[in-house]
Amino acid sequence: MANISALNQTAAGFDAVSDQLGSGPRGKKPRRTFSGRNIVIYGTLFVAAVYYLLPLYVMVVTSLKGMPEIRLGNIFSPPVEITFEPWVKAWASACTGLNCDGLSRGFGNSVRILLPSVVVSIIVASVSGYALANWRFKGADLFFSILIVGAFIPYQVMIYPIVIVLRELGIYGTLTGLVVVHTIFGMPILTLLFRNYFTSLPEELFKAARIDGAGFWQIYFRIMLPMSLPIFVVAIILQVTGIWNDFLFGVVFTRPDTYPMTVQLNNIVNSVQGVKEYNVNMAATLLTGAVPLFVYFVSGRLFVRGIAAGAVKG
Amino acid sequence: MRSTVPAGRPNRLFRNLNSKIALIPMILTALVVFLGGTVWTVVYSFTRSGLLPRLTFVGLDQYERLWAAPRWIISIQNLAIYGVLSLIFSLVIGFILAALMDQKIRFENTFRTIFLYPFALSFIVTGLVWQWILNPEFGVQSVVRSIGFTNFTFDPLYNSQIVIYGVLIAGLWQGTGLVMCLMLAGLRGIDEDIWKAARVDGIPMWRTYLFIVIPMMRPVFITTLVLIASGIVKVYDLVVAQTSGGPGIASEVPAKYVYDYMFQAQNLGQGFAASTMMLITVAIIVIPWAYLEFGGKKRG
Amino acid sequence: MANSVSIRDLSLSFGAVTVLKDLNLDIRDGEFLVLLGSSGCGKSTLLNCIAGLLEPTDGQIFIKDKNVTWEEPKDRGIGMVFQSYALYPQMTVEKNLSFGLQVAKMPKLEIDKRVARAAEILQIGPLLKRRPAALSGGQRQRVAIGRALVRDVDVFLFDEPLSNLDAKLRSELRVEIKRLHQQLKNTMIYVTHDQIEALTLADRIAIMKSGVIQQLDDPMVIYNRPRNLFVAGFIGSPSMNFLRGEIANANDRLVFRTQGVDFSLAGYQTSETLVPGRKVVLGVRPEHIAVDGDVQGGERHEAVVDIEEPMGADNLLWLKHAGHTLAVRTGGARRYAPGTRLTLGFDMSLASLFDAETEDRI
Repeated sequence: MANISALNQTAAGFDAVSDQLGSGPRGKKPRRTFSGRNIVIYGTLFVAAVYYLLPLYVMVVTSLKGMPEIRLGNIFSPPVEITFEPWVKAWASACTGLNCDGLSRGFGNSVRILLPSVVVSIIVASVSGYALANWRFKGADLFFSILIVGAFIPYQVMIYPIVIVLRELGIYGTLTGLVVVHTIFGMPILTLLFRNYFTSLPEELFKAARIDGAGFWQIYFRIMLPMSLPIFVVAIILQVTGIWNDFLFGVVFTRPDTYPMTVQLNNIVNSVQGVKEYNVNMAATLLTGAVPLFVYFVSGRLFVRGIAAGAVKG
Repeated sequence: MRSTVPAGRPNRLFRNLNSKIALIPMILTALVVFLGGTVWTVVYSFTRSGLLPRLTFVGLDQYERLWAAPRWIISIQNLAIYGVLSLIFSLVIGFILAALMDQKIRFENTFRTIFLYPFALSFIVTGLVWQWILNPEFGVQSVVRSIGFTNFTFDPLYNSQIVIYGVLIAGLWQGTGLVMCLMLAGLRGIDEDIWKAARVDGIPMWRTYLFIVIPMMRPVFITTLVLIASGIVKVYDLVVAQTSGGPGIASEVPAKYVYDYMFQAQNLGQGFAASTMMLITVAIIVIPWAYLEFGGKKRG
Repeated sequence: MANSVSIRDLSLSFGAVTVLKDLNLDIRDGEFLVLLGSSGCGKSTLLNCIAGLLEPTDGQIFIKDKNVTWEEPKDRGIGMVFQSYALYPQMTVEKNLSFGLQVAKMPKLEIDKRVARAAEILQIGPLLKRRPAALSGGQRQRVAIGRALVRDVDVFLFDEPLSNLDAKLRSELRVEIKRLHQQLKNTMIYVTHDQIEALTLADRIAIMKSGVIQQLDDPMVIYNRPRNLFVAGFIGSPSMNFLRGEIANANDRLVFRTQGVDFSLAGYQTSETLVPGRKVVLGVRPEHIAVDGDVQGGERHEAVVDIEEPMGADNLLWLKHAGHTLAVRTGGARRYAPGTRLTLGFDMSLASLFDAETEDRI
């Protein structure tokens, strides 16, 4: 009985389908561009985008206005009369304490800090990551665990002992000292990054190279390095932005004449002497932010990959 | 041809010697700096170190003085408010943005670029630009007043009651992009078939998110939580740039307390005690997480 | 014949997990030995120990009568071919082949000679200037074999070399590997989980389970006279039919009795004396059960067709017989509808009896 009625229903359904053939819905389902759903999604995203873009916009317009216009107008209005004088002043003649040669000095210092720090920290970390990934020995993982746990320790806890050690070594306040500090504190994240990357490469490749008789450095330089360009780019992005944006180590480990750009910027803007020149301040702020912003906009997806790799897998 | 004598077993220490040499910097960093430095600071926090570190133990004196100092109490309060709100808001905003970005929208890359660029900027730049936007004479307050609302008051940086919220706005601006990215990566990591199944079963999208997707993303949430939280404890540059701790001492934070006592007030003992407190705070956050994340796996 | 590779009391454990246990194995010169087992049985671990990529916890490894237990992989006189090919992606095929020789600082002339020879044997001459990414899976695996070939070694190690290839390529390369072995006459140790590869390639198969070799024998012996239940069940597809029951006495004849049905044990060969009452498992391969017209006299059993799986060349029937499900392989020509009644004949000379307790062959 049940079987027969089911059969009948199927047959009826079949008829209904054949009735509709040619007349019912067909092909792609039409969609409206301005559905309620889309308005909510794009509306929210647009409002959020405005919030995120606003400060950049304010920085730019403020830095292009003269002081009189700033005093009269509102910070969101575009400049009536565009002037590049604040930029020139911020770069070449803004004062920090007794020095009045602008941010150019800090920029130079930051570059001189950045280049060796990035190079040294990445070399050290990539070799460590490679050794950890492919040449495991007893105890290595213990040190690595300490390193990773150490990444969570506030820098403030470790800063003073480092000051003492660097002073004993005679490199406190020097460029070398700061490079060492950046290498040390870049170590956890970078080593993790490289270790995870090298671990993700097929282990059989490493085995094949060992059977081919290649040693530690031969495998590193001839097999691993040529395959690791992307991760090196990610590491460079991470370090360039990180070191450029550093403030704490700059303050602690350099002297006023070797202050990096961030420290100098803060001193210019937050100095209590003299009249506040907001346009110069914003130009200086933009100048300092320009390097990481440039890196960010140029690298795009790799930047995202870098922070995601560093963060999620951690 | 070949020798029939078995090769002598090389000393274990010298096997793959190169790999061990290569790891010396890491081992030194881990043992000397991270472990040694931390222990050193903790030990010296029980001493009467002033201008220079001295090993004259005074028990918990430094801690008693620390917890009696109004500036430290305010720092802790600020950190608590900033921390809790910043966690909640960045997780909520970050997740909502990520969920919106996950709707197969157009211009996804543009939106992501916009949301994430503040993260590329330093806390100094962030602090300074928000200091300017929140400036009561020229910033948001004056703009709103100039369009007619003359009683409008919004001057967080000059009002010691709400100054920490001013810092919070800037902090969220800088950091939510990262949270969004982590969440988006988590959402993308969820099996497409889950969505197909939910759609076939006729479960509304918000319910799918709330009861299926978010529970599945637990690891991502926890990792993000720990990352933000341990970052919050370190918050320093932002406050220095945006408010210098002011007005008065209304927006002081522990990290700034440490720096000021170590390098400006030359009262090392206080600096060590305060930094040890920071360490304890981080430990309270990280240890349970590390236990859940790694301790559980080993047994499983 | 001399032993090419000898393994003595080899053990390996990672912490509390024992992967290999007191393993002994002698591989003859020029032999093709297959290590067969499911994943996690220790077969790849054993191969990696032979290669020197893993350090054993205990025991010794000899290659060509030389103790190589503590030697570096490169000094053991081995070449290895991996499942994922493990070609260096940034090097051309030629570079891939010559890398190991360069590292060993061999004169350029000799390198060129060896690469040319390997390329000729494997017919990859036209590919020498290409990079691995531009090769098909089969070509990559050929290059990987070439890399072992140029080393001019005594022993070739294969770690599931065909598992990443599709079925058609796999059977083609299988034939090529066999031809290569016939041509080179090197010792080859080959790890796989695929029983067809094992049966077709091997001179001897070592079936492994939980780090222990269960049986080491000629493929046909393993197939026809499995030493224990595990080996019997592992080899053969579909798996051997197992019937649990006991030895019994019926009219002064020894029979295997299960669910009240008796099977004569007349043709079964064993050195043991069968005692009535002993709990045993009878194992019969699907192709050793005759159906209807094929039954050659002797004992007859009744069964009903449950499911029919036609496979083209043959026809697999799942039958109900005395409360058991039996798989039976018949010729592909005849079809059987479900419910059909059949007569079965069991060939006891090809069957296996296992002790129910020890699971060893009786």
